[in-house]
Amino acid sequence: MKSWMPFEWIAALRFLGEGRMQTAFIIIGASIGVGVVVFMSAILTGMQANIIRRSLLAQAHIVIQPAQEVARPLREEKQEAPIVQKRTQRLISIDQWQRHAEVIRAIPGVDVVTPTVSGAAFALRGDANRSVTLTGIDTEDYSRIVPLPDKVVAGTWRLTTTDVLIGTELALDLGATVGDKMRIATPNGTTLTLTVSGIFDLGNKGVNERQVYVLLRTAQDLLNLVGGASNLSVTVKDIWAAEDIAQKINAAVGLEADSWIRTNNQLFLALNAQTISNTSLRLAVAACVALGIASVLVVSVVQKSREIGILRAMGASRRQVMNVFLIQGGIVGLVGSFFGTGIAALCLKLWAAILRNPDGTPLFLLTFEPGLAVWAAVLATLTGVGAAVTPARRAARLDPVVAIRG
Amino acid sequence: MAEAVVTLEGVRKSYPGAGGAQVEVLHGIDLVLHQGEFVALMGPSGSGKSTLLNLVGLLDRPSSGHIRIAGSETTTLDEAGLTRLRGRSIGFVFQYHYLVPAFTAIENVMMPMLLAQGRPDAPMRERAAGLLEQVGLTAWRDSKVNFLSGGQQQRVAIARALAMKPSLILADEPTGNLDTASADSVFEVMREANRSRGTAVLFVTHNPQLAARCDRTMQLVDGRILAG
Repeated sequence: MKSWMPFEWIAALRFLGEGRMQTAFIIIGASIGVGVVVFMSAILTGMQANIIRRSLLAQAHIVIQPAQEVARPLREEKQEAPIVQKRTQRLISIDQWQRHAEVIRAIPGVDVVTPTVSGAAFALRGDANRSVTLTGIDTEDYSRIVPLPDKVVAGTWRLTTTDVLIGTELALDLGATVGDKMRIATPNGTTLTLTVSGIFDLGNKGVNERQVYVLLRTAQDLLNLVGGASNLSVTVKDIWAAEDIAQKINAAVGLEADSWIRTNNQLFLALNAQTISNTSLRLAVAACVALGIASVLVVSVVQKSREIGILRAMGASRRQVMNVFLIQGGIVGLVGSFFGTGIAALCLKLWAAILRNPDGTPLFLLTFEPGLAVWAAVLATLTGVGAAVTPARRAARLDPVVAIRG
Repeated sequence: MAEAVVTLEGVRKSYPGAGGAQVEVLHGIDLVLHQGEFVALMGPSGSGKSTLLNLVGLLDRPSSGHIRIAGSETTTLDEAGLTRLRGRSIGFVFQYHYLVPAFTAIENVMMPMLLAQGRPDAPMRERAAGLLEQVGLTAWRDSKVNFLSGGQQQRVAIARALAMKPSLILADEPTGNLDTASADSVFEVMREANRSRGTAVLFVTHNPQLAARCDRTMQLVDGRILAG
């Protein structure tokens, strides 16, 4: 007996040690349960991160646009059956975008804010022409939103005022390679001849066909928005908070802010459904673990009812008896979480080693966060204690006379 | 006259019987046990000996009447108060010795002190070792109790009953399951504790020879004390 250990802990450990086989089985059960939950959590996190990373590869988390232009009647008085035609939406700059960008940068959770100018254009080379989306970017900031430098498959990640970056599909359509010249023409009649400095592959055929990147200043000239920005692109630290932050931005600067959650609603709903179904499965596994622990402890209470009676006769309070069984539940949960986390880590390693893409790269990045192990330990311990409540109360309520008589 | 350790006045105990009717097991028991007394309680099976012992041991409550233990009126105490008084003032020795098998002999003896104090300490261990020495089990102090003979286990139970220096020991047929030599040895250990410490002992037995060696004998028949 350790002198620092209270009676309840001493008795709980001895009782667990006494029924070795029983204890081993329940710890194995708890370990498998915890292992499944941790493994599923890591897979889900990795898979969702992968889906989101791939889906949001070529877009900002939040895109801020100027408010839509609306037609306003000049006369305020009530008129009979007025016909107000809706205004066409021209490409305009966000008024005072620099000041708004500063305000947005100060909003908690915002990571990067960068101006872009985006509009329709034609890419022309020889006889070929393609309609494209022309996007003018600040190379340094924009690369923190879309990892363009990593996606350049030919040429270099370099943009001067006479350079253009095009996608692999557009390069094929135009028969252009790095160093070739091409013209960009905009609907307002401006045309510029630019040099293809790099060709990118963003993993999406449509994007590779349509997207064209030039320097912000070049796009401002081409789209007749000198000094302006048609959009502010924003990334946030927690992608799941994007919609909340978009609403905060809207409230702070009065501009339209669309989060990826709104613009990719189907993806968001699918991810949510996946999270819910996964959580349900994890809860079911946790419930099985809890029931397993509870059933073994109920049996233990029955087996030890005479000892409980003796302890009560010797002066053990109901609380002390109850604590002995609650601690046993907690210990089973905690030890189960250690082994379970180990099992999960091993399975994740096997998963990463066996399941690979056809090109040999990992199926997706699996990270085993230390925080997950801590959470698993805390939740498994609480599950163990929770599972032990009923048997512990049953033990505490035992009538010593009946218990001793057996 | 020595101080009264146990006083029972008009104690009755009923249990619900078949059809919801109450069946009275003890019919108005009056009993006084003084400090230093070693009293045998005899009676046929079903006479209410165990019920009486449970009431005196505060493991059960009477249907009516008063029980005073070591000067405390117990009928007004709540569950926690009864548990505290039981732990502090009463030692139990059962027929089947009922030790806790997960613990060693010395740890079983320490158990009442551990329950009262919460954590083990050196004086507790020393006292338990001294008690085991008194019952002649020093060599087995660190043995798991399952490895001890019936007589040895019963002596551990007696040492455990003495651990809190109780004013009363309740022994429910402690020799009933032992051979003659072991029964004699266990009886002597209890007698010695009674003489040296002045602990009152209520000793339930079916053995008239052992009863004859007690200070007095009470006969319990059909829930009533006939003699003593």
